[in-house]
Amino acid sequence: MTEKLVTPDAPKSLKTNKAKRIRGIKRSTFSMPYLALSIIFVIVPLFIMLYYAFTDLDGNFSLANFAHFFSRPNIMAVMGKSFLVALITTVVCFLLAYPLALALTFTSLNRKFILVMLFILPMWINSLLRTYAMKIVLHILDVTNAWTAVTVGMVYDFFPFMLMPLYTVLSGMDRSLVEASQDLGASPVKSLFKVVLPLSLPGIVSGVLMVFMPTVSTFAISDILGDTSTYLFGNVIDQWFRNSGGWHIGSAYSFILLILIAATVLIANKITKGHTEVGGVL
Amino acid sequence: MNKRVKSALVWAFVTVMLAIMYVPILILIIYSFTDAKALGVWNGFSFELYANLFTDAEIMGALGNSLILAAVSAFLATVLGTAAAVGIYYMKAKRKAVAGFVANITMENAEIVTGVAFMMFFLAVNIGYGWGALIVAHTMITVPYVILSVTPKLSQLNPNLYEAGLDLGASPIGSMFRVVIPQLIPGMISGFIMAFTLSLDDFIVSKFINGGVETIPIYLYNALAKRGADPTLRALSSVLFIAVLTVLIALNIVSAKRRKAEVK
Repeated sequence: MTEKLVTPDAPKSLKTNKAKRIRGIKRSTFSMPYLALSIIFVIVPLFIMLYYAFTDLDGNFSLANFAHFFSRPNIMAVMGKSFLVALITTVVCFLLAYPLALALTFTSLNRKFILVMLFILPMWINSLLRTYAMKIVLHILDVTNAWTAVTVGMVYDFFPFMLMPLYTVLSGMDRSLVEASQDLGASPVKSLFKVVLPLSLPGIVSGVLMVFMPTVSTFAISDILGDTSTYLFGNVIDQWFRNSGGWHIGSAYSFILLILIAATVLIANKITKGHTEVGGVL
Repeated sequence: MNKRVKSALVWAFVTVMLAIMYVPILILIIYSFTDAKALGVWNGFSFELYANLFTDAEIMGALGNSLILAAVSAFLATVLGTAAAVGIYYMKAKRKAVAGFVANITMENAEIVTGVAFMMFFLAVNIGYGWGALIVAHTMITVPYVILSVTPKLSQLNPNLYEAGLDLGASPIGSMFRVVIPQLIPGMISGFIMAFTLSLDDFIVSKFINGGVETIPIYLYNALAKRGADPTLRALSSVLFIAVLTVLIALNIVSAKRRKAEVK
């Protein structure tokens, strides 16, 4: 799940100096156990991955693992397909979720709390279960195209993750701005595109991240709904880690994925810079 | 377009979307009451799959493992996460940014990358795969969500209360436990629930480090991806769907009622 962790600033206390350091213990010290464990269990593992990525089987420095990726057009094609299917999933989710979020906030339905809840709850149900339910439906509908099955499964699985941030940002939007634009002569369509859509940008970015990131790296949905033709980048990484001889190349591939994700997050942060952060989990 | 046509269209759209979300689940539940081996075949009404489910030692074992793992790691994550939320909240801007970055790593990273990194780490430090590795990994990946739900409670806190505790003679730890923590409890509870649910849900990270320990998501994945679909899975999935939906709806209704009461 992609959500941004932002901690607001603490209010200035009356006796700042006394509070900061009493009997040698600062309040900020309470974060030390978690941060220390994070260094050991989150950051060190990433460096171990880096070590594997830049060494060969004998432990010597080597760039061969990366060369392996860039010299194989079929692997790069798999990566391209993973991005494409994640992109299609994200766009379809957005095109379905935005009108729905509008309907749930801007019409008389906005008092139906239970309705919003029903749409967002599936987010908390294991995605394997929902994928399995979709598999039965696809079987009954006789969908045989593996790519269609995988894409439909992804849209079904990740739709609530797009809807939630869009709903959050739209329901918190200052309605008087929309009314003002219409008083000044904008048609409802124009006011949607010129006022509502730009104001909901932070929600859109957060929804796009929450759908795009997991779909681009998934391997389970393609395992369950697809066949060998729908092999995604996540499946490739998963395969390399099935035996320890593949760890070096698998680490290089993971590292490439990590870089792409970091780049996506940086771009997203740039876009939402200056907007207030949307968070909130139902 | 007149208003009534418009609202009818909105209703139709919302209803269709809701149907798309829930009809697959409903179909799965319906087919859990027939013992046909193939998908989508109705073979007459039967409780056979449910009988198989509750006598299947492997599934019941996996369920027990999942619940124990979720409870232990959610407890540890709540303790670590609450302390971390307090600490990070009172940090200076620069250090806060660094701490926030560290907490964001596991949330924003692809789960498969987190999973394989844990896999190589536990081998390198000689911690075997299995229970220990699972508890450490699940705790670390759920702490950020506890921080997310405790922090809003901190910003509602009167900053002088902790100091008042100190002035009245409490030690920093004492003031923390007797003054600050009690006010954070609602945030800690929702953090615990979130950590518990995420742990129950996780299979990507678990898959790489579980050793021989089977959890429900691992069992589901193996059953769905490799063995083809064993019909008992339909009963298992139906039970899980109903259980999770019931708990979530109940939790949401309770918290909505409490919010309303607070407003009044």
